[in-house]
Amino acid sequence: MSTARAARPAIAREDRIVVPYRRVSVAALMANTILVLLGGFFVLPMLWMIFASVDSNPDWAIKLPNLTLSNFVDVLTTAGALTSFRASLILAGTTTVVTTVLAMLAAYPLSRHHIPLRRTFMLVILFASGLPVSMLLVPVYQLYVTLGWLDSLYTTALFLAASSLPFAIWLMKNFIDAVPEELEHAAAIDGASTFRILRQLILPLTLPGIAVTSIYTFIQAWGAFLIPFVLNSNPDDQPGPIEIYNFMGSHGLFKFGDLAVFSLLFSLPVVALYLLMSRYFSGAFNFSGAVRG
Amino acid sequence: MATMAGLGPRLDRERFQWSSLAMLGPALVLLGLLFVFPVLYACYLGFTNLELIGSRSHDYSFTGLDNLTRMLGDYVFVKSSQLTIIFVVGSAIVGQSVLGMALALLLRSALPPIRLTVGAIVIVAWVLPEITVALVWYAFSQAGGTLSILLGHRDADYLVLVPMLIVSVANLWRNVAFSMLVFAAGLRNLPREVLEAAEVEGASVWRRYGQVIFPLMRQTIVTNLLLVTILNLSEFTLIYAMTQGGPGVETMTLPLYVYQEAFNFHQLGYGTAISLVLVLIGAVFSLLFVRAARNQV
Repeated sequence: MSTARAARPAIAREDRIVVPYRRVSVAALMANTILVLLGGFFVLPMLWMIFASVDSNPDWAIKLPNLTLSNFVDVLTTAGALTSFRASLILAGTTTVVTTVLAMLAAYPLSRHHIPLRRTFMLVILFASGLPVSMLLVPVYQLYVTLGWLDSLYTTALFLAASSLPFAIWLMKNFIDAVPEELEHAAAIDGASTFRILRQLILPLTLPGIAVTSIYTFIQAWGAFLIPFVLNSNPDDQPGPIEIYNFMGSHGLFKFGDLAVFSLLFSLPVVALYLLMSRYFSGAFNFSGAVRG
Repeated sequence: MATMAGLGPRLDRERFQWSSLAMLGPALVLLGLLFVFPVLYACYLGFTNLELIGSRSHDYSFTGLDNLTRMLGDYVFVKSSQLTIIFVVGSAIVGQSVLGMALALLLRSALPPIRLTVGAIVIVAWVLPEITVALVWYAFSQAGGTLSILLGHRDADYLVLVPMLIVSVANLWRNVAFSMLVFAAGLRNLPREVLEAAEVEGASVWRRYGQVIFPLMRQTIVTNLLLVTILNLSEFTLIYAMTQGGPGVETMTLPLYVYQEAFNFHQLGYGTAISLVLVLIGAVFSLLFVRAARNQV
């Protein structure tokens, strides 16, 4: 096929930036066109939220807005909106602190010390992070009833922490594994205690890893819906996702613009956090050999 | 000080240290209380007639295989299992993997501005909170929403007409970035010499992909399939926020059915039993993929 030959430059190599676009082939043109169309498919649903947030009279469809900032003023002066931001912050913040500290403490001995059945333990951890949360809902609900832990953001955060801990330990262990062990041997020979090594050596050297683990945990907890939905029914303490869900449920009784503003404001922090860390995150998608551990 | 030989413990052999346990302790306590115990408890509750309210909320008992028998006669459960398989195979295994691979390949040959823009948009769709995705897709597919206008039927509510298709596409829209990133990393790791050799030898595009690139990426592809299956099998928020499983039970996948039985119909024991089936389905898929990975050279 002639198009097949023409497609040769489409196999992009590292030098594609150096070789300019003189040889724009049919295939490359097609690839770019398809990408632009796909980009449109991805951006279209999001545009509604952005346009409706600054439109004085929005509906379900995307349309050019009658520019106004009144929706933002509405949301930012509503007590309910601010309360749910506070609830989300408490929930995600507590989850992140608990998860990161415990994962850090657990990952160090798993990476460095001699622990019997360590491999089995890591495999169980990996398996645990794949279990559906639906399975734990009823037993955890029963447990929370017994302990009197229902309807509190802090105890809800504890369960979120427990469910994100397996993956966080796995992530942290990989980051600590990457730190050369010689430094610690030197410190140990000089008489430093394990905790001192952890605090003064491992902590600063794995700072990017700690940042990735905590930001990943925060993003997950910020968006968590099902767990707070079941465990925390206190109407004064509903985090953002449940607030948005309740909005959607009161079909037509709310202002589209306010809903769009609220979800936009609610989404911005996690998108910003992700972009901040994207350079470090990209390494996490390198699975070559990861399965074999 | 452990600097003098003979005074401290032997340093040439790894030993179990009590400090390891002290550091693992807090994580073990939390995981034990809120993970291991609930998992074991679920395995028990799935075989009981526990209910949320009424006499069976405290006076429940082990009922053996009653819940299983009840499932087999429960047409919603059968329907729900089918929907779950359709969702996972259609939206995740086929949809996300194929579109993710297509995006990863297309992005390699795209002009830099297009590559950066489209790549960023796809990733933002993935980073957005799930509830936001549910909201924008709800708006998109409503009667009078953008989709109905684009397709020329302004009064058509696509969440009622083709609900399963819409939630599957919304889920694909949200999660495809994951596969895209995994495949992009896999493509970057391909040995360049082999690709160049294939090109120099004049292999056609189809042969280069079918006989060189995809076989080399087998490990990455299988890993992606495994992860995507496990992640999507337990999908709840997106579907629930858009449809609550409806209209009727048209989008009632197993995680939603577990929630409905347990917390709307108060059947805690039966709901847990359904969640065990969900775990079983995940285990079967995982075994198949691990097998596929092992059969490799």
